[in-house]
Amino acid sequence: MTDKIVDVDNVVRTFGEVRALDGVSLSFEPGIIYGLLGPNGAGKTTLIRVLATLLKPTSGSASVAGIDVVSDPDAVRTRIGLAGQFAAVDAYQTGRENVEMVGRLYNLSKAEAKRRTEEVLERIDLVDAADRQVKTYSGGMRRRLDLAASMVGRPEVLFLDEPTTGIDPRSRLDIWSLIEELVEAGTTILLTTQYLDEADQLAARIGVIDRGQMIAEGTADELKDMVGGSVVQLTVQEPDRATVADLLRSVSGDEPSIDQPTGRMSIPASSADTLLAVARKLEEASITPDDIGMRKPTLDDVFLSITGHAAESEEATPKRPARSRR
Amino acid sequence: MTATAETHTMRSPLVRTLRDIGVITKRNVLRNVRLPQLLLFATIQPVMFLLLFNYVFGGSIGQSPQLAQFGGYINWLIPGIIMQSAVFGSSQTAIGLTEDLQAGVIDRFRSLPMARSAVLAGRTISDLLRNAFVSGLMLTVGALIGFRYQTSFAQLVLGFLLAMGFGFSFSWVMASVGLAVKDTETAQVAGFIPLFPLVFASSVFVSVESLPSWLRVFADHQPITVLANAIRGLFLGEAALPAGTTVSGTVLAALGWTLGILLVFFPLSVRLYRRAAG
Repeated sequence: MTDKIVDVDNVVRTFGEVRALDGVSLSFEPGIIYGLLGPNGAGKTTLIRVLATLLKPTSGSASVAGIDVVSDPDAVRTRIGLAGQFAAVDAYQTGRENVEMVGRLYNLSKAEAKRRTEEVLERIDLVDAADRQVKTYSGGMRRRLDLAASMVGRPEVLFLDEPTTGIDPRSRLDIWSLIEELVEAGTTILLTTQYLDEADQLAARIGVIDRGQMIAEGTADELKDMVGGSVVQLTVQEPDRATVADLLRSVSGDEPSIDQPTGRMSIPASSADTLLAVARKLEEASITPDDIGMRKPTLDDVFLSITGHAAESEEATPKRPARSRR
Repeated sequence: MTATAETHTMRSPLVRTLRDIGVITKRNVLRNVRLPQLLLFATIQPVMFLLLFNYVFGGSIGQSPQLAQFGGYINWLIPGIIMQSAVFGSSQTAIGLTEDLQAGVIDRFRSLPMARSAVLAGRTISDLLRNAFVSGLMLTVGALIGFRYQTSFAQLVLGFLLAMGFGFSFSWVMASVGLAVKDTETAQVAGFIPLFPLVFASSVFVSVESLPSWLRVFADHQPITVLANAIRGLFLGEAALPAGTTVSGTVLAALGWTLGILLVFFPLSVRLYRRAAG
């Protein structure tokens, strides 16, 4: 047996013709946040569903806490918590009733379910709203409540499927800090996200998934190195472009990349000094750019550099068969 | 981290299953009670049917000597209408399940260490409870506008239970439909449309003798007629049944249909549930 809390070995899952997972392997140790990064339709949700025992792999094997998800799903279920992409809470129950119900279904005694419910409601800061029916909650509150429900059974591993998609920035920060607290308390978390900054902020390790395959893995820094880190980006008027290209070449010692339709030019930036150097040269040449700035690499850059196609291009995102899953 | 052993209670699987069914049933009942329009529409429609059939059609169909002999059309109508509301009510099972599927609630349940049968059983039982409430209301409204049973109170209760039992059994048909189609709009149509010929081409509202002979063959042998007849026999006595049939024989046939449907659709819907998202 391994000391890996999640161990996925060459998992394939097909839906008819679609290979939602096409030989995915990944494993990591307990006590960390593992971020699964990829665009819509990459296979993130399918992998979570396999690990949460909702879906059997077509081939390959997967285990959680050393337990095989196919041969002993019931034992896996006592160790995990799942918060899916949609807050699966009941609008016509109160927040407290929702969490307590899930606690009971985790096979906690009535008293224990009540005690744990108070604990998690406090932790997610919903005590004041706990006796209101969920239909009065905001989207962010529902998300937090859903997270609370997934925590009530004290899972060793928590699966969070796009925990911050579609909620406001303030709630997003709340959920981030909640996730961080959970890991400090010893829970292992596997989360999926479409946002590089989210994975960067939270995850100790990141797996990049595309079209059902893991295309890169490592820490946030390792991934960014792969992409080449930050860039200085600027746009100038058409007549100045040739001059500015020369100027950029002198700063970076390499050919600047030029985005064709917009004429936006960029060079790698090791630090803010690169930006200052470019600014000084522009001033000397008396050229005022329309726009200039440093930009950190995005998911798109990661994809572009690893796969050669953008994350959100049409062909990269075959419509996920998810909702009609069988 | 591993307080699991102490905090999770040790119970036999049967006790756990019953407890899980109880938890899910309570959840669904709360929804019925707290979403007023749900109960309102669930009761208005059958009461409307009852009043319309009694006062609009009762005047003409109810005048036939065959139906009038039991003390007015209302006495003929009530056993049928209770059957109709039990069957229509069971189509809610399909709708409720598809709503849970689409909201991701079923995913949550399936990821929990709970009894696999609890989600379906909790759903069908809460629908049974709602059915019993609605049908009880129909009996009350019926009594207010003139319904009087012609047999004993025990037979009235038995007839009522027979209707509820069939409604419960039919809920499993609807559970299978819901799990097969998976989306609420489709479930609404797929669950409801087949009910109309079953309910109307039966002895629910009229005597099947008035039907054209080709339709009568169907009407005579389909379960809704058998059930409506059985309930009618229990409420009104043997005279209300087609010639050559007895109350006990019809009740047995009704029980046979109820059990038969359950035996086919209970395992089928459990299988569909396992597959629903898998």
